[in-house]
Amino acid sequence: MPLYLARASYRRRRLIDALRLLPFLLFGLWLLPLLWGGAGTDTPVGAGGRSFVHVFVVWALGIAVAAWLARRLRRAEGPIEPLSAKDIAEAQEEGRR
Amino acid sequence: MLRFNILVFACLTYATLLFVVAFWAEKRAEAGRLGWLRSPIVYTLSLSVYCTAWTFYGAVGYAVRSGLEFVSIYLGPSLMMIGWWWILRKLVRIGRTHRITSVADLISSRYGKSTTLGVLVTLLAVIGTTPYIALQLQSVATSFAVFGVNDPTGAVQTDLDKTALWVAAGLALFTILFGTRNLDANERHHGVVTAIALEAVVKFFALVCVGLFVVWGLTDGWGDLIDRIDASPVSSHPISGTRWITITMLSAAALITLPRMFQVLVVENSDENHLFTAGWFFPLYLFGMSLFVIPIAVVGLQVLPDGSNPDMFVLTLPLHYDQRFLATFSFLGGFSSATSMVIVAAIALSTMVSNHIVMPIWLKARKGGATVSGDVRSVVLYARRLSIFGVLALGYLYFHFSGGSEALASIGMISFTGVAQVLPAMLGGIFWRGATRVGAILGVVIGFVIWAYTMFLPSFGEAAGFTAELMAEGPLGIGLLRPQALFGVTGVDPVVHAVAWSLAINTLVFLLGSLFSFPRPVERLQGAQFVNVFEHSGTARGWSHGFAETEDLLVMAQRILGASEAQALFHAAAAEQGKEGYLPDATPEFIERLERKLAGSVGAATAHAMLAQIAGGVLVSVEDLMAVADETAQMMEYSNQLEMKSEELSRTARKLREANEKLTQLSIQKDAFLSQISHELRTPMTSISAFSEILRSAGQEGDLDAESLERFSSIIHDEALRLTRLLDDLLDLSVLESGSVSLNWTRTNLHDVIDRAMGAVMQGRDGVGIRIERNEFSEHIAMETDADRLSQVFINLITNARKYCDAEQPTLKIQVRRIGQDDVQIDFIDNGTGIPADKQTVIFEKFSRITDHAKAGSAGLGLAICREIMANLGGTIAYLPGQGGAAFRLDLPRVRTR
Repeated sequence: MPLYLARASYRRRRLIDALRLLPFLLFGLWLLPLLWGGAGTDTPVGAGGRSFVHVFVVWALGIAVAAWLARRLRRAEGPIEPLSAKDIAEAQEEGRR
Repeated sequence: MLRFNILVFACLTYATLLFVVAFWAEKRAEAGRLGWLRSPIVYTLSLSVYCTAWTFYGAVGYAVRSGLEFVSIYLGPSLMMIGWWWILRKLVRIGRTHRITSVADLISSRYGKSTTLGVLVTLLAVIGTTPYIALQLQSVATSFAVFGVNDPTGAVQTDLDKTALWVAAGLALFTILFGTRNLDANERHHGVVTAIALEAVVKFFALVCVGLFVVWGLTDGWGDLIDRIDASPVSSHPISGTRWITITMLSAAALITLPRMFQVLVVENSDENHLFTAGWFFPLYLFGMSLFVIPIAVVGLQVLPDGSNPDMFVLTLPLHYDQRFLATFSFLGGFSSATSMVIVAAIALSTMVSNHIVMPIWLKARKGGATVSGDVRSVVLYARRLSIFGVLALGYLYFHFSGGSEALASIGMISFTGVAQVLPAMLGGIFWRGATRVGAILGVVIGFVIWAYTMFLPSFGEAAGFTAELMAEGPLGIGLLRPQALFGVTGVDPVVHAVAWSLAINTLVFLLGSLFSFPRPVERLQGAQFVNVFEHSGTARGWSHGFAETEDLLVMAQRILGASEAQALFHAAAAEQGKEGYLPDATPEFIERLERKLAGSVGAATAHAMLAQIAGGVLVSVEDLMAVADETAQMMEYSNQLEMKSEELSRTARKLREANEKLTQLSIQKDAFLSQISHELRTPMTSISAFSEILRSAGQEGDLDAESLERFSSIIHDEALRLTRLLDDLLDLSVLESGSVSLNWTRTNLHDVIDRAMGAVMQGRDGVGIRIERNEFSEHIAMETDADRLSQVFINLITNARKYCDAEQPTLKIQVRRIGQDDVQIDFIDNGTGIPADKQTVIFEKFSRITDHAKAGSAGLGLAICREIMANLGGTIAYLPGQGGAAFRLDLPRVRTR
């Protein structure tokens, strides 16, 4: 297999990884307002316009990143699964016939 | 104030528009010209059924009551959608590969096409969704009331109950019209989806317009707005950490477990790649729907009089400022949100009810149900229509009896938690091969019971017997069983309490049940198919050979798919198998394919049951089990197959080698043949040219006597004849060998044929020259053959005997025997020295001569021609050793073999 092909599929898999990790990152960021205010301060937990802005900014950024990843991924579209698994499936198909 | 009549008119116009759009889309779909109607944008917009009236009206009320927390209901689905590569992609692939028609179908199909699970999940979905439908009816009714409250001239009285009834009836009509138009094998409803997409656009822009009006019309832009938010009671609500996390996760789960979401996400999906777009576009939609909720809540609280219903701010704010158009638009947005949810939910539920409850009962009720005559399609369609009607009636009754007084948010949460009980079974089913039917049933049942006990029934309060006393003390005073403080878990928010307990115990029971039970073969097969859906895009095999009568299958398929579609399917399958007509062989592959096609219409469990009635039960072959065994086994199978393949390759190579050897030999033979032939041709040619040379020079000089002249020219004549004979023989042989000879089959008497051959030989120059012994009586056998060709063989054999028999008194014995009914045996035996053993094998080859050329006086093609003629007549000729001379045996069929 030529080197650049292997590179392309490597890149693609990392893109998929990024897409998979993105929701966890967003979830973590959305938990942040829970650390603002509360006991020892004079504002309730997560209250105020700041949380409102935070949640929506994170949301917008998340959507932008997801859209960018989806676009890159579509362009890098190739074999969806690792070759070996596909080969097995094909071999099984063959075997059934 | 807006005239109420105008509002009713706008509402009816809008509803008519929806009908028209749906009808137009159906027509386009029928014509196969969907075009942009199946674009990822329409798909994403159809997902907006997630945003119901609970979102459109309720989100603002929720924000007023609990602040920012409302947004967690939209964060969860955003997370699920952004992370589509994890779960949605797999669900969609499974849905498409296995023609899944609903959540219940997915679960039932995964766990061995279990009817029990199908029924359970259907019941759960119906119970969980009915209050939600009631909620939509309530919101439409309430929004009408908001307009009608100050308009006594209205043609329609603003009776909540009546409005709800009318809305329910209208929705039932729409859903029945477009949701059960046809029994599509793919279970897609293009008309409905298009109408839903239109509604999605309307409600989005309605809410955004109200938001823009609030932000730029009522405040001085974002800066001022943020200040107002900070100062507002809306943002002074603390965020409860446990609720924040729980609701986010619960709503994420709801995206895949809500029947209506599953319907639009998985069932109506026409292209897996739409997820690439929906993955960011749907979160964007939710973002837009949520963005203005807090501003509307903040401003609404400031400007509207105390005691206004915050759930109706979206309507009352524009009305307060007398923005009639905006208010109407907003009303239509709310109407859209409510109706789209009800339509899709009703379709999803009716599919489940008809496929998992009505059809199994119907099949059971009729013995041999699948094989009786009549149209199953109409049964299914009527079941669907009745179910839609029933679901809406239930929703209306729920609304009617609950009085429609509850805050919108709580019903939504109860519904989410209820349907989320299928989550462990669903995720376990698509990611874990060890998940079993027993585990899934136990999990769903326990989860359902806990949900009902801690959340659903308490919401009815006294009516369901959940008195304040019971809530505080527990049943029979058992404190550990208090519905909202189960096992002493106190001080937790009731929603978090119910979600945590029901899902935790559900998951635990599901896991334990799966670990300690043993799956049936079909379950294991389906498990492997679902979990490894990306590897096995092939089909699960549950059928073994040869039990089904294809004609019965066709009869049944016609009744479910419709005659023309079923016939097309069967015809295509037959063509693939290389057969003509409409009846393919009932191979496992074909039955499997048919089952999937049927499953698209009536669900996997029903399709399986119907086929099982005809195809004779579920049979899983060893080969199939191999496919579901562990990974090691898979690898073993793979290497086995590789081995088989390499064996096959070497077999092929061997065959090729043999073929090559044969070809080489043939080439050598061909060379030998050519040199033989040129030799044979050259000999007479040499004589001819030599003697004609002599004749020519004699003609110039004139010194040749008459006797020599005659001798020379007769030599030339003889040689020319010999050449002609040779060429005739060669021609004859080539025609015979190529098999293109046309034989003149007639009925004849063998005795006559032999007589004819004798006669022909005696006409020759030398007379017979040999004594022939015949038993003429035994020769009278009637047979069907080509008499000319057969006598040619006889002539050849008699001539040979005359020529080569070296006895003092040459004698040829011709013996005819009849073998059984159908065969005749003819022996030609002379009394010479016969043919030496080492030559016996070559005498039938071309140009083979035992004696030298001069004596034979022929090219040696005779026996070769005999052999070819016999082969063409369906018989054989062989040398018969040990008869005291040369002996040939002919075996012939008495009648022509066809």
